[in-house]
Amino acid sequence: MKHDLLYRKKAQSLVILLILVVIAYLAMIITQFNIFQSLVSIPKAIVWSVTNFYPNASALTKIPDIWSRLQETLLISIAAASVASVFAFVFALFGSRVTEVNRILALISRFVANVFRNIDVSIWALVLLFSFGQSSLTGYFALFVASFGFLTRAFMETIDEVGADSVEALRATGASYASIVFQAVLPMSVPQLISWVLFMIETNIRSATLVGILTGSGIGFIFDLYYKGMDYHSASLVVLSIVLSILITEWISNYVRRAML
Amino acid sequence: MATLLEFRDVSKRYGNDTLALSHVSFSVNEGELVSIIGPSGAGKSTLLRCINRLIEATSGEVIFDKTNVQQLSKGKLRALRTKIGMIFQSYNLVDRLSVFENVLHGRLGYKPAFVGALGLYHESEKKQALEILKSLGLEDQVYKRCDQLSGGQKQRVGIARALVQEPRMLLADEPIASLDPSSSKTIMDHLRHISTSLGITVLVNLHQLDIALNYADRIIGVSQGKVVFDGLPSELTDETIRTIYGADSEELNLNIPESKEVARKI
Amino acid sequence: MKMIRTAGPALTGRDPFTAKRIRIKLLTRSALVIRMTILMLALLTLLGFLTFNYQGVNFFKGVAATLSNFKVIFIQPAFAHVTFQGAIGELLITLSLGILTTLLGAVIALFLSLFAAKNLSNRMTSNIVKELVAIIRAVPTVLWVLIFAVSAGLGSVAAVIGMSFHSISYLTKAYSESFEEMDRGTIEALEGCGASWWQIVWQAVIPSSLTSMISWTFIRFEVNFGVAVAMGAAAGAGGIGYDMFMDSSYYYNLHEMGAIAYFILIVAMILEYGSVKIKDKIRA
Repeated sequence: MKHDLLYRKKAQSLVILLILVVIAYLAMIITQFNIFQSLVSIPKAIVWSVTNFYPNASALTKIPDIWSRLQETLLISIAAASVASVFAFVFALFGSRVTEVNRILALISRFVANVFRNIDVSIWALVLLFSFGQSSLTGYFALFVASFGFLTRAFMETIDEVGADSVEALRATGASYASIVFQAVLPMSVPQLISWVLFMIETNIRSATLVGILTGSGIGFIFDLYYKGMDYHSASLVVLSIVLSILITEWISNYVRRAML
Repeated sequence: MATLLEFRDVSKRYGNDTLALSHVSFSVNEGELVSIIGPSGAGKSTLLRCINRLIEATSGEVIFDKTNVQQLSKGKLRALRTKIGMIFQSYNLVDRLSVFENVLHGRLGYKPAFVGALGLYHESEKKQALEILKSLGLEDQVYKRCDQLSGGQKQRVGIARALVQEPRMLLADEPIASLDPSSSKTIMDHLRHISTSLGITVLVNLHQLDIALNYADRIIGVSQGKVVFDGLPSELTDETIRTIYGADSEELNLNIPESKEVARKI
Repeated sequence: MKMIRTAGPALTGRDPFTAKRIRIKLLTRSALVIRMTILMLALLTLLGFLTFNYQGVNFFKGVAATLSNFKVIFIQPAFAHVTFQGAIGELLITLSLGILTTLLGAVIALFLSLFAAKNLSNRMTSNIVKELVAIIRAVPTVLWVLIFAVSAGLGSVAAVIGMSFHSISYLTKAYSESFEEMDRGTIEALEGCGASWWQIVWQAVIPSSLTSMISWTFIRFEVNFGVAVAMGAAAGAGGIGYDMFMDSSYYYNLHEMGAIAYFILIVAMILEYGSVKIKDKIRA
């Protein structure tokens, strides 16, 4: 009996493995992905990176340009996440089960957040390009919309998790809705909310590169410029500056997260 | 004595067929300490929450101080809630705020939205809160954050928050279910004192029979959403205890005689 | 004793019982950090708005134009350069890119995570792997793809390999954390029975964390679909994202962008629904 069960479990995992292999094979056909070519490409890429992809003396002269673009990107990322967090908090209040004002408003705010979150930031960038052209605002709004969608969902879950008990207690004292929000919901959830905003800033810096390539702004633009001009030494410096910014942001967020507890 | 609270044929239905309360009728006099007993899931929490409309009853009438609670408008309901303090099994404090701030939350019902949201309190309100904290033995914890307190201390903060409302009635939903015996005794002593000395009516949900027998002026037994007993602790027979607790009564049986013994001595 | 207690704080104005104006809280470190963080974010946001490169774009006109564009996109979607079937084919390519990336990432992450888990490896190896993975994540996906494209050419090879880096990094972190949840005692007990390291891994560690691993992998697949759309647009990886890019940058066709946006939205929502269901099932 026991043996039989063990056998069945093994057979089951084998079947699942087989299905995955078939799916992978189909995916390879559809995308014309060549395993052999990809295996060869890895050592080729490593050799190429070591010989070409490092900053040299002429790249270092571009530091001021890179720095000004990087600064723009960082500020866009922070501004987008911060402003989005204010809107997201309001929508999260209406959408959360704990603090919802009425059913219809709750459903609407959840739906809006869902739509905004499930359309990738790159698509928002392409759409916004029509109305804002190649300005910082395109990048800003693309990141803003993506941040808003993500943060609304994250905030909603935070409020659901953290608030129910104290909200009930304050309702029982006869406190007004505004009092409940500012005296119970906000104090309970603020470290979590800030933590999400910091996470969003990190994500935004990453996405800003992509958005910049698409919309011709910020750090993405200058990378694209060097890359297309085959100035790989300067491009590598751009990558390095992005990596450093993200690692530093991560480090600051971790510090703040610990200190907030 | 005047009647403060009256339930008239109150029912509460969740979804289509779960009947949490079924035709509940009883009344509570001013200044009484009434304990509602019953197994978990009997509908005790729902019953308590129907009074201040944290849960809306499906049918029937709840009368508090001669007003029909169900018919109150939003603003009037807030005014009513200020007159009914409530304490909870899991304390329901805002853990990240100080003890002081949590106690002052009891004053929010008296404030316009804007003032309350900013957390602006009168000096006299603060003095009053401090007096209450002192009477509950919390004068050294005033500025501590609530997540640094023990369970018993948290529940005393909960009581302070309710008292600062200057309520006429105190609802206690399983106030000692998460506490050790000695903290439980402190909390129950405070509730007894609130009823006897301050003249505030106390309605307390308990599942511990012995404690109910010890402290209550009157006991209401609830089983499967119905009131199956309403009378003095001394009138409670083994038979009724069995109807209240059903299958659970076997384990309770052991301490019924002793608890009643204790109750009589007090 | 009582004297000291009341006298001490009174000198610093902290005793509420004797203070003239009663404070209701003391400023703690955490409250200070929270305030400073919010203040900093607000200042940086303001600085951003003051220094943005506006290129003469009028903010309000832009917003108005965006709203009317949204109307076209969401209310009047229509195909022009791709057909309905064509779009489904492109969508399949994007999904396939996501699948390949996820599977490749999962296989490599499985091995890396064994070295990253503190209870299965030693402290030094674990730290090195974790740092490495953090650095990999700091390079945006689009850069990985473009870097690979230099030697492998634009196409599915560069896209899948470039996109796999973040999947590897993400899943290594997720897998190793679920391995670390396993009780140290269980592993020691098995070692005591004379089980080899590989036996412990295959017979005990992986089976007990399999459900959470599946859940993380599916969540990553959901993310990878979005990444695949973006890479189609930004790095010429093909698929539905590329069509979107063409409509935006060459054809200027908002109607078709709307049709494609609906396609992507529907798939993304189905995937999200799936991962929520899987999460619920695993939690229960």
